[in-house]
Amino acid sequence: MTLETIWFCIIVLFWLGYLFLEGFDFGVGMLLPILGRDNTERRVMINTIGPVWDGNEVWLIVAAGAMFAAFPGWYASLFSATYLPLLLVLLALIGRGVAFEYRGKVDSERWRRNWDRVIMIGSWVPPLGVGLLLTTTVLGLPLDEHGNRIGGAFEAVRWDTLLGALAVVGFALVHGAAFLALKTAGDLRERARLFAIRALPVALLPLFALLAVVQWREGALWTLVALAVAVVAAVVAWRKLVADRDGQAFAALGVTIAAAVVTLFGALYPDVLPSTLDPANSLTVAETASSPYTLEVITWVGAFGAPAVLVYQGWTYWVFRKRISAAHIPPVHTP
Amino acid sequence: MDVLQLARWQFGITTVYHFLMVPLTIGLSVLVAGMQTAWVRTGEQRYYKMTKFWGKLLLVNFAMGVVTGIVQEFQFGMNWNAYSRFVGDVFGAPLAMEGLVAFFVESTFLGLWIFGWDRLPKKVHLACAWAFSLATIASAYFILAANSWMQHPVGAEIVDGKPTLNSIWAVLTNNTALAAIPHTIAGAFSVAAAFLVGIAAWHLWRKRKTDDEHRAVWRSSIRLGGWTGIVAFAVLAITGDVQGKLMFEQQPMKMASAEALCHTEQPASFSIIAVGDVTSENCEDVKTFNVPALLSFLAHSDFTTEVKGVEDLVTEYQARYGTNYPDDPQLGELAGKPIDYVPNLPVTYWGFRIMIGFGAISAGTGLLALWLTRKNKIPDTKWFPRLALLSIATPFIANSAGWIFTEMGRQPFVVVPNPSGVDGVWMFTAQAVSRISTGEVWTSLIALTTLYAVLGVVEVFLIRKYVRGGIEGVIPPKTDHDQEGKDELAFAY
Repeated sequence: MTLETIWFCIIVLFWLGYLFLEGFDFGVGMLLPILGRDNTERRVMINTIGPVWDGNEVWLIVAAGAMFAAFPGWYASLFSATYLPLLLVLLALIGRGVAFEYRGKVDSERWRRNWDRVIMIGSWVPPLGVGLLLTTTVLGLPLDEHGNRIGGAFEAVRWDTLLGALAVVGFALVHGAAFLALKTAGDLRERARLFAIRALPVALLPLFALLAVVQWREGALWTLVALAVAVVAAVVAWRKLVADRDGQAFAALGVTIAAAVVTLFGALYPDVLPSTLDPANSLTVAETASSPYTLEVITWVGAFGAPAVLVYQGWTYWVFRKRISAAHIPPVHTP
Repeated sequence: MDVLQLARWQFGITTVYHFLMVPLTIGLSVLVAGMQTAWVRTGEQRYYKMTKFWGKLLLVNFAMGVVTGIVQEFQFGMNWNAYSRFVGDVFGAPLAMEGLVAFFVESTFLGLWIFGWDRLPKKVHLACAWAFSLATIASAYFILAANSWMQHPVGAEIVDGKPTLNSIWAVLTNNTALAAIPHTIAGAFSVAAAFLVGIAAWHLWRKRKTDDEHRAVWRSSIRLGGWTGIVAFAVLAITGDVQGKLMFEQQPMKMASAEALCHTEQPASFSIIAVGDVTSENCEDVKTFNVPALLSFLAHSDFTTEVKGVEDLVTEYQARYGTNYPDDPQLGELAGKPIDYVPNLPVTYWGFRIMIGFGAISAGTGLLALWLTRKNKIPDTKWFPRLALLSIATPFIANSAGWIFTEMGRQPFVVVPNPSGVDGVWMFTAQAVSRISTGEVWTSLIALTTLYAVLGVVEVFLIRKYVRGGIEGVIPPKTDHDQEGKDELAFAY
């Protein structure tokens, strides 16, 4: 395997890490108004992800940073071509990040309601945008010979990329509900579990529809296997939820998204961003990759950095492993 | 405006805004980690209260620093895709390192620190504070290494018409970066120092006549702020001088514009201030309080050497990099037009002076604070807390002016060609911008600026609220609740 291919896989891994980790914390934010009946319950929900959401978000930063370093041409073309959807993602992430921190800083119902809205929008919009972006990179855009987008600002918005947007949102919703079932106790936990059971068959449909489309257009035999794994894992997740095994259900959903990502990017390789105008304009792994030396440098950094990240982020989850319920929430205290 | 101008405005606005949050985060996080260390070592309550109070303000600010940083990373791909394609091989590496090595540590350990009170052993919790505060500095290091490469490209060679990395070591130990890093970090500490001095002075003054149980907290804070400010200023002055000398060598045009030095002078005089338009034909006439020969000394460490002026430099640049932009349709309006090699003189001239002037004011306030609080004294005049509060703004202004000077001073280049940089590695800003519609950039410029403005108001409101709330605002009073619910979290959003 060449270094270029290895870096393609690493970037796919970063995106997978992002979808898996921020997937559930987006889900929790999306469910805030649906499952959180009062302020204490909403605080319980927010605090299940409180210590970890910021670390989860870094997976996005690193996925983009690694694209910049390893495949500058991919980074440059994809992000300029999907300008407005990406802008919406950024605006939503800005609001969401400060909302968690600011929500409890003033003891007023109105203040909290407004920030809850920001959290909700900030949790629905980014998975939509990221889904659209990743689907776009798999299904391609009208690109000219310089790798620039031909056509208007909404070229990336089509029925198939919108399917990708819904796929990530649907996954985040179920994943978040499963996470809440795993991390909370009592009434809230039961509601989260029931929600996940009811929502799963519908919410994961766009994901499987997208995988089917991609498999139909570009797939190989081995991506078909990955697709099958994704479907089976989703069924397992549903059964585990019914059987009241939250941890296993959550892990099975992780397998679903992993297999889905493998299907998508497996179908994409060796392209990184196909041109729908002319296959000659398609960006490929080989063409957009940085020099062997640069790849070698970041491989060393990644080889030491990435395992360390997994260890200390894993430790964070261990430190905050306890289930949270309303009884754990201290009274509101602001100046 | 065309895409180029809009993208430049957006980069300027988002960067300066981001850099209002970042220095406070860097400076304050290290100082808070220091306060917590003092508490863990001595067990004294005042250090615990300091950690809690300043830590809360740090968190309100940290959130804004993080979210505005995300925009910075994506902006290169969105607005500057030609730049990203051209320099990605070199420039991408330090950015990726920042994420992988520094930013992960920062975000993860900050989460552990916020929620880890009572959950983690005391010393492990303290180690989390140090982990994230040192990671903020590591972040700054990688970003500044990337930025310094734009100022002074090293460690690369041209392969197939593109700069290609050949030594990451050269990029990470670029002398421009090694000078910029202590300068920028010291700038960050001067922000945190002014913040401590201003707020602590106000609290000391407010309860000067009553027996305030928290007086020790404010006294320790103001002393810490005062000393930090003075040490930071000393480092700023020394590293600023080193940076200046490097820049005379690497980017003579930037330094000539910093002085609005129209004509070559030998020896060259340093201008303190100007009255009137520095871009006028006889720009020497508008400059007042010239210190003879000082500029020669600042540039080359002796009082006699020649310093090249803008006019001569323009001739040199034209000879080397051409008089007109290439007639390339990708350059839009500028294709085939003459190249203006002179940065915006009023901005560079005044940016340089505002940076130095405001930096000195904040150090002066720190010195004054130390004098007024010597031997357990408490200043009881109203002018001092007012001045100290106002001075909080000065290092912020100095930092912004410094960045505006640095980045505007390298125009019309995005990667500046240097006598000591790698030959042939340079790029015009006009060549760097994405081929996208003006509508897209307008949308993002307006949306980001509006959101930043709204959030700026909210942040200032919250910081004021917590500043006024004092110690009671950050440490919940003991109630009956504590006995019943032993299981309660020490901290929850």
